Amino acid sequence: MTATSDAQKMQYIAAQAADARVNVELEAEGMTLNIGPQHPATHGTLRIIVRLDGEQVTAVDPILGYMHRGYEKLAEVRTYPQVTTLINRIDWVGSFANEVPFILASEQLMGIEAPERAQWIRTILFEMGRIANIVLFLGDMGVQLGAVTPMFYALRDRELILNQIESATGGRFHPNFNRIGGVKDDLPAGWITDTKTALNKIMDFCQQAEDLIVGNEIFEERTRGIGVIPADVGLAYGLSGANIRASGVDWDIRRDSESPLPYDKVDWKVWTHPDGDSFARYWVRLQEVRESCKIVEQLLDGIPAGPIMAKVPRIIKVPAGEAYVATENPLGQMGFYVVSKGGLEPFRVKIKTASFSNMSITPWLLKGAYVPDVITILASLYFILGDLDR
Amino acid sequence: MTDILLIELAYWQESILKLIFGFAVVLLPAGITVYLYLFKMVSFMQSRLGPMEAGPYGSLQLLAEVGKSAQKEDIFPEKADRFVYAAAPYVVLVSTFLLVLVVPFGPDAMFVNFDTGIFFALAVSSLSVIGILMAGWASASKYSLLGGLRAAGQLIAYELPLVLAVVGVVIQAGTLNMSRIVEAQIEGEIFGWGALGNPYILTQFVGFFIFMVAVQAELTQGPFDMPVAESELVAGYMTEYSGFRFLMFFIGEFATANIFAFLGATLFLGGWAVPPFVTDMFNLDPYSNLFNFIGPIIMIVKMLLITFVVYWVRFTYPRFREDQLQRFAWKFLIPLALINIAITGVAKVVF
Repeated sequence: MTATSDAQKMQYIAAQAADARVNVELEAEGMTLNIGPQHPATHGTLRIIVRLDGEQVTAVDPILGYMHRGYEKLAEVRTYPQVTTLINRIDWVGSFANEVPFILASEQLMGIEAPERAQWIRTILFEMGRIANIVLFLGDMGVQLGAVTPMFYALRDRELILNQIESATGGRFHPNFNRIGGVKDDLPAGWITDTKTALNKIMDFCQQAEDLIVGNEIFEERTRGIGVIPADVGLAYGLSGANIRASGVDWDIRRDSESPLPYDKVDWKVWTHPDGDSFARYWVRLQEVRESCKIVEQLLDGIPAGPIMAKVPRIIKVPAGEAYVATENPLGQMGFYVVSKGGLEPFRVKIKTASFSNMSITPWLLKGAYVPDVITILASLYFILGDLDR
Repeated sequence: MTDILLIELAYWQESILKLIFGFAVVLLPAGITVYLYLFKMVSFMQSRLGPMEAGPYGSLQLLAEVGKSAQKEDIFPEKADRFVYAAAPYVVLVSTFLLVLVVPFGPDAMFVNFDTGIFFALAVSSLSVIGILMAGWASASKYSLLGGLRAAGQLIAYELPLVLAVVGVVIQAGTLNMSRIVEAQIEGEIFGWGALGNPYILTQFVGFFIFMVAVQAELTQGPFDMPVAESELVAGYMTEYSGFRFLMFFIGEFATANIFAFLGATLFLGGWAVPPFVTDMFNLDPYSNLFNFIGPIIMIVKMLLITFVVYWVRFTYPRFREDQLQRFAWKFLIPLALINIAITGVAKVVF
């Protein structure tokens, strides 16, 4: 395998993908099943056409776009603060995280640096968004596999994090808290203590999830060795986040890229797993929640005093230029490419979302899997439809 | 009947009474368990309260559900085979009603006293497979078809462990007659100590474990609910059914669970009897008429215990994949059951 060049590898993978796509008109043999836009398993309106031979999948064609809301076009007719409100809704489960790359890109264009306290508050809320997002995943993958009870524990404990986000920002799901130059408000009194209590509850829940789900023999049988993604294939398809870390690739944008967010001021580690199967993806995300709790605790202990907003003009007019900022969002790598022509509104906002790339591997990955494994693999890849279709 | 009620009843009067009791025995415990386990127990396990509005603490919720289902539009899918589609729920229910015929609720309180009671029960329990296949095929939907096929494979595979687990009990009791199995448990002794009788769960614990697992699979519940895997097939073979027909499947599922629990209580827990030390304490005759009235209550208590375990497991574990399920049945449960039978046979002769 090492003798083949990169171009040859790409050709091979492209050929596999082309071979795997279903031509619905030529239904030669086998049954075509439409895992339709309305389905309990897909996290939203995703349509996947699978061609089956008995219970085994021979070809897969995902059809996206049922949730497309035209964010990139909408962003062109909104002012920068309005765009912030808009993009909260891309990944609606860890929603604070969506604002951060856009705000960082706009600040880069304007040449403004948010004060230190604001960056720390941003990071705290960013990590809490990550916790909220992945705790939902921990319960949800259980539900996809049939373990209905841990989901309720996940939702119950996640409420505490959402309560904290609401008490700081005013919104449980759509905080809309970032502003170009800082954050909107300072943290309320007593917030730090309450958040630490909430984080302890989340750590307890992680232990519960480990006992109830990871430790369950049936779960292990359903996920070990299912949907194995080799590291090079994953990188070729552009997987990011926990999906690629579960295949052994040690890559985390929080650590590996320059950003004003204070990740280098806290002591944390990046979790990887060598197997690359569905179990590994679940396990890596479980550890990531625990790591996020540790990060937030350290940030809460060390948060500096100071202003929360830099000197920013009333009407935000961003000078001409372009900037691209990518961050490690809960779902993976999310990047905003903002082009400004010096007006009130961005000229072009290109949103690179993790779920779109994560989804692209499914025709290759699902070939040869059984129907129940299709559900397991889709659940373990964890995409949110808003993130997928924008 | 004459012995119980101490009055002379004509045959036709007795038949009508038995008919009413038959419906009551199937439907009333189903209603109780639906409320107790499906609405309340699972809710408490999931740290929520469950239905609280309809009646005090939501006790009339089932009534509301029945009313809701009854007033729904009776839908037939366009390409469905109308007769088969309509008949399928009733075929599934037939096996439930037939099963309850042989369960003894007291020394004389039973519907029919077959000499081959348990054999009849196991044979009749397989009828539901036909109903499920009919539902899956006639729904003219790929999801239903997949669900029906999975169900057929699973139910047939788990018939064998069920039968083999019961064979151990039959060997130990020496009879296929259900009332005599209960009598054998009352009169049995554990190495000479007769205070507890000999409920077969003590010696046949392996058989009991296999019986419980097989029952879980026969009901397509819990870790074995591939056929109705909610996150994949919506509701499997029941997807296209709505309104009253869906209610039949739903009630049938719970009623069958109860009847299997009655069977398990009879075979393993001593049926309608209490341990002999209790009857000795109160100086009662275990075969007296009193037990014809207390017996059903005792049976219901034991049934609730068994169904508690069934539903507890259902709401805790994720589900097996179909091939893992089959492997579990054929490669693990059946050899285990055969070993159990061998050991039971040897022990019966030796002791």
